[in-house]
Amino acid sequence: MVSCHHCAILWKDVNAHGRCGCCGAKLYMRKPGSLYRTWALLIAACIMYIPANTLPVMITLSFPRAEQQDTIMSGIVYFWNSGSWVLALIVFIASFLVPLFKLAVIILLLITTQRRSSWRLLERAKLYRIVDVIGRWSMLDVFVVTLLTGLVQIEGFAVVHPGPGIAAFAAVVVLTMSASISFDPRLMWDVTEHESEDLYE
Amino acid sequence: MDPANPDFMAGVRIIRKRPTPNQLTMQEVPDLVACEECDAIYRRPTLGRKEVARCRCCGAELDRDTGGLGRHVLPLAIAGLIMYIIANAFPIAEMELRGFVSRTTLIGSVFSLYTEGMPLVAFLVLATTILFPLIQLLALIYLLTSLSVSEKRSGYPIAVNVLGRLIQSLRPWVMVEVFLLGAIVAFVKMTSIATVLPGVALWAFGALTFLLTSVLSFNPRHIWRTSLPERGNKA
Repeated sequence: MVSCHHCAILWKDVNAHGRCGCCGAKLYMRKPGSLYRTWALLIAACIMYIPANTLPVMITLSFPRAEQQDTIMSGIVYFWNSGSWVLALIVFIASFLVPLFKLAVIILLLITTQRRSSWRLLERAKLYRIVDVIGRWSMLDVFVVTLLTGLVQIEGFAVVHPGPGIAAFAAVVVLTMSASISFDPRLMWDVTEHESEDLYE
Repeated sequence: MDPANPDFMAGVRIIRKRPTPNQLTMQEVPDLVACEECDAIYRRPTLGRKEVARCRCCGAELDRDTGGLGRHVLPLAIAGLIMYIIANAFPIAEMELRGFVSRTTLIGSVFSLYTEGMPLVAFLVLATTILFPLIQLLALIYLLTSLSVSEKRSGYPIAVNVLGRLIQSLRPWVMVEVFLLGAIVAFVKMTSIATVLPGVALWAFGALTFLLTSVLSFNPRHIWRTSLPERGNKA
């Protein structure tokens, strides 16, 4: 039996490349090539993570103090020093902790799933759900830089330019989100049934 | 969800079989439902008002009763569309520094990112805050209006199927609420160096966030499911 992932209707006796009779979506037991796709997206995200945190995300040209380059971290430190601890905490969680947590969790899920480990399945299922929900919030810094670039455009006094780091950072967010979408959590549970060993691909 | 509910707990795990290619007929199994995260099979739960059915095996959500939300989705979506227009037509914030005034709309910010040599990031922001929310709202309004005209149809036309699937696939990429938080962060960041005033669009984005959240909690799955005679919801 195959469940349609769009309308959740269960079909039996489905032939290969079958489509859901209700909503027309392609039916498959597991997301095709789930582990390979997730690995590829994840490795790309890990590579982009380095420039995302070392290159400046924002370059501010202001009149009295010349040029100021901000990385993700220095932006957080700026908020902390200027007394807005709540914002510093929000940005620290959204821009630093969430991407790092996502990378770590997806690596953990991939390795344990590939080894067909039945280690803490329930906790891993919960981790996957958390990653799926919080992933989008790391776009925060991309939106902040977008708005500042649009708003702070007073030639001669204060101009904000986007730095190359923001492109890398946006890439990390998109890649990790795609990785968590392409990962099929049902693969984790296949170890609980002997009959399902041929279900990978 | 009452764990002692016999309808729900009657679920049993059924061992799956790989579909064989030579079988050309497939049949619907209307009274069973599979968990999307671990493939455990349950009898389709009968939900009371605002009840949520969770998988006993992994804890994922199986089904949720939206508690009469279905009737309010269309007006909420139209209100969302109006807020969307306001949020995009008016400036988000206005900055004053030494007599110079600078203001920006969302699309203006996207355009300045584009001219600063970041076309891909500009496109990403355009898609997640402008294009995808609009597509979601329009698709949902179309689905709900076209279905209320002729609800009982045996098969669904391709447009309804494609739009319903589009709404589901785009859902993770609609980031209006993240943008709202980003706008607040940018706003506070600016107050230390200049005088900043919130624009009309900032409030409209706040309203749009609430409207979109309630509208998108309606799953297009329910549109498809109304076609089934074995529909489990008591309504």
